[in-house]
Amino acid sequence: MSRPMVTYKPSDEVDFVIIGSGAAGGVLAKELSTNGFRVVVLEQGEYLREKDFTHDETKIFVQSLLTNKVNVHPVTFRKTPEETARKQQAVLYGSCVGGSSVHFTANFWRFHEIDFKEHSKVGDIPGATFADWPISYADLEPYYTKVEWEIGVSGLAGSSPFDPPRSKPYPMPPLPVKGNGVVFERACRKLGYHAYPAPMAILSQPRTGRAACMNCGFCLGFGCEVGAKSTSLSSVIPMAEKTGRCEIRPNCYVHRIETDKNGRATGALYFDGQRNVHLQKAKAVILSANGAETPRLLLLSASNQFPAGLANSSGYVGKNLMPNSGAIAFGVFDEQLNDYKGPAVSRIMHDFYELDPKLGLYGGGGLDARFDFTPISFALNGVPPGASKWGAGFKQTLAHNFTRTMQIFCHGTSLPVEANSFSLDPDVKDAYGLPALRMTFRDHPNDLKMMEWMKDRALEILDAAGAKTKWAPPIQEQQFAVHLLGTCRMGNDAKTSVINADHRTHDVKNLFLCDGSSLVTSGRGQPTMTIQALAYRAADRITTLAKHGEISA
Amino acid sequence: MNSFYPARRDFLQLLGGTASAAWLTANWPALVSAAEHAHQAAKSGHTALEVFTADQAREVEALCACIIPSDATAGAREAGVVYFIDRALKTFFSDALPVYQKGLEAAQKTTAELFPGVPRFSAATEEQKLKIFSHIAEESERPESGARRLAPGASPDFFQTLRVHTIFGFLVDPEGGGNRDFVGWKAIGRDPSHSFSAPFGFYDKDYPGWQPVPGETEKK
Repeated sequence: MSRPMVTYKPSDEVDFVIIGSGAAGGVLAKELSTNGFRVVVLEQGEYLREKDFTHDETKIFVQSLLTNKVNVHPVTFRKTPEETARKQQAVLYGSCVGGSSVHFTANFWRFHEIDFKEHSKVGDIPGATFADWPISYADLEPYYTKVEWEIGVSGLAGSSPFDPPRSKPYPMPPLPVKGNGVVFERACRKLGYHAYPAPMAILSQPRTGRAACMNCGFCLGFGCEVGAKSTSLSSVIPMAEKTGRCEIRPNCYVHRIETDKNGRATGALYFDGQRNVHLQKAKAVILSANGAETPRLLLLSASNQFPAGLANSSGYVGKNLMPNSGAIAFGVFDEQLNDYKGPAVSRIMHDFYELDPKLGLYGGGGLDARFDFTPISFALNGVPPGASKWGAGFKQTLAHNFTRTMQIFCHGTSLPVEANSFSLDPDVKDAYGLPALRMTFRDHPNDLKMMEWMKDRALEILDAAGAKTKWAPPIQEQQFAVHLLGTCRMGNDAKTSVINADHRTHDVKNLFLCDGSSLVTSGRGQPTMTIQALAYRAADRITTLAKHGEISA
Repeated sequence: MNSFYPARRDFLQLLGGTASAAWLTANWPALVSAAEHAHQAAKSGHTALEVFTADQAREVEALCACIIPSDATAGAREAGVVYFIDRALKTFFSDALPVYQKGLEAAQKTTAELFPGVPRFSAATEEQKLKIFSHIAEESERPESGARRLAPGASPDFFQTLRVHTIFGFLVDPEGGGNRDFVGWKAIGRDPSHSFSAPFGFYDKDYPGWQPVPGETEKK
């Protein structure tokens, strides 16, 4: 198996230290090391390989093999700033080399043009800190294409009339359609909608030393045993290591960014696996620790010079959290779908991406046909309301429904709300004695209303698809986030944003942030593709700045 | 070796028709590693108890069998759920051990109260077990209802805990120590194979391929 081809001492001043090896950190590591820079990536989690991955749910969901461990890094939650937060697993993110890209479902939509300039079109929305991006879809398009071709995305260009312009087709055809995709597509056609093959970051064909998907069905939550899922671990990190200039250093819990008297970042302070503290020195620091841990790290790095936290002169570090809104509907069919086989999603539709303003709703969403249950999660959460929970009736329901159930998942906008945030809990500490991550969140009322509307459309589609039984859980305020977006947002105005369009913090010249925290709006869900496109673009911008001597000067 | 896991040829199939010999040579170690990893999954089937006494295990097994009974297909008993729970209480579900200790005592009291003379839950008839277990489940559903509790001191979480653990033990990948010989997956219609090819089910078998909506190919 591949091993780091280079190692650096913490005292070696490398060109870049990158915190986090996930969707963004992996891309930045690959690009910057390819461009000739010496890079150290500090990853909180372990360096697991394909051989370490498993379908054993006790390891994945009970022991959090791939994700944040709340017994070490507790999380607290409250709905409003007036409340005292209580311990709750409110946030789930990847904690291993490759980050959340290792366990994600691999839905890989591009954002649309509207997502970057929606504020200009719709104006202010009460209760929201709504803003345009400082970049456009056109600025990002070449990087979306680069993502598709470098990491490997399956899809069919031109199959959705709502898709934004693209400069190149997908590098490989879509994955096989599933039963849920077929009935969804037929129903959409009946209703005048446009279902199309889902773009997925999963290989439909062998590519660059990686096997094609074997349709095992264990995507969401699991690592891919054959490397077919296009994670940072399977795609860009091996490329970074091959340059001989990039070290991926696992089991490093970064808890502070050090600065000098001139207010420049000098490196990252971290605990190693034995809890020894080291300072990895670097000419510049890049945080790609995700939309929760990046702002937490900035807040943990407060000093006399930066009393409100590093790069936080705006006060916007950690604010405007957008986890995306969601609704789900279930249908049970007469015949066997067997949707437990293959990746979760095979058809999506974007007819509701921009809703008619006459509906009185802001934003929009995308719907996908899916089955993202394992046998266990299906038994716990996939049976209809009112069904027996034990005994012969329960067993019969499982035996009949497991192979005949599908879901329609509605993914939608979250509006940015200033009070929705990540901050440091004043009372609860982690296993290292540092303040725990605190989440404050209550959905903007528009987002809940929009999901009600979406849920009704999903039920109509299930009707048109011929579902024998259908139901949808009630829309509720969210208390759990996996899309960690907007918490150090990008903007031209240093008073209302944390980073500029180059991902450089407004306050610290050699400190860059790039991950879900950079997003200004939430799109309609499925942010990873955009996070990676931003990372490729950020790497270009950072390289240019470095080569012009504008970082270390 | 378990016949449900892919052999070498199955991994070759994954590579599709375009894989060259050089590609295979370069990547074979990783694929073999993945295959070996998959084979290890068949090594489940714990049969030794580490936490429960034999008496406790007999009671737990009888209770689990109420959640997923054995009928035309295997149930919790055949899947070895009690051994899964025993191992789990030693390791990743160890916090739940007091719930079992209290829950088993309560089940015993409920049995004695409803059916005096029946020495223990596992000794009750199937009809009696259903009645006793219904009480246990109902108590859990209405822990704050104020209804007379047949077994004061019973943990309201016992039924929920037992239900979740039984589902885990019945349906976990056998690598996790339950679902012995994949009997749980078979009971719910899940093919235990490790990889699949399309078509997967009834609705996609005659799918003609994706086509644009006629007359609507222009951009919206």
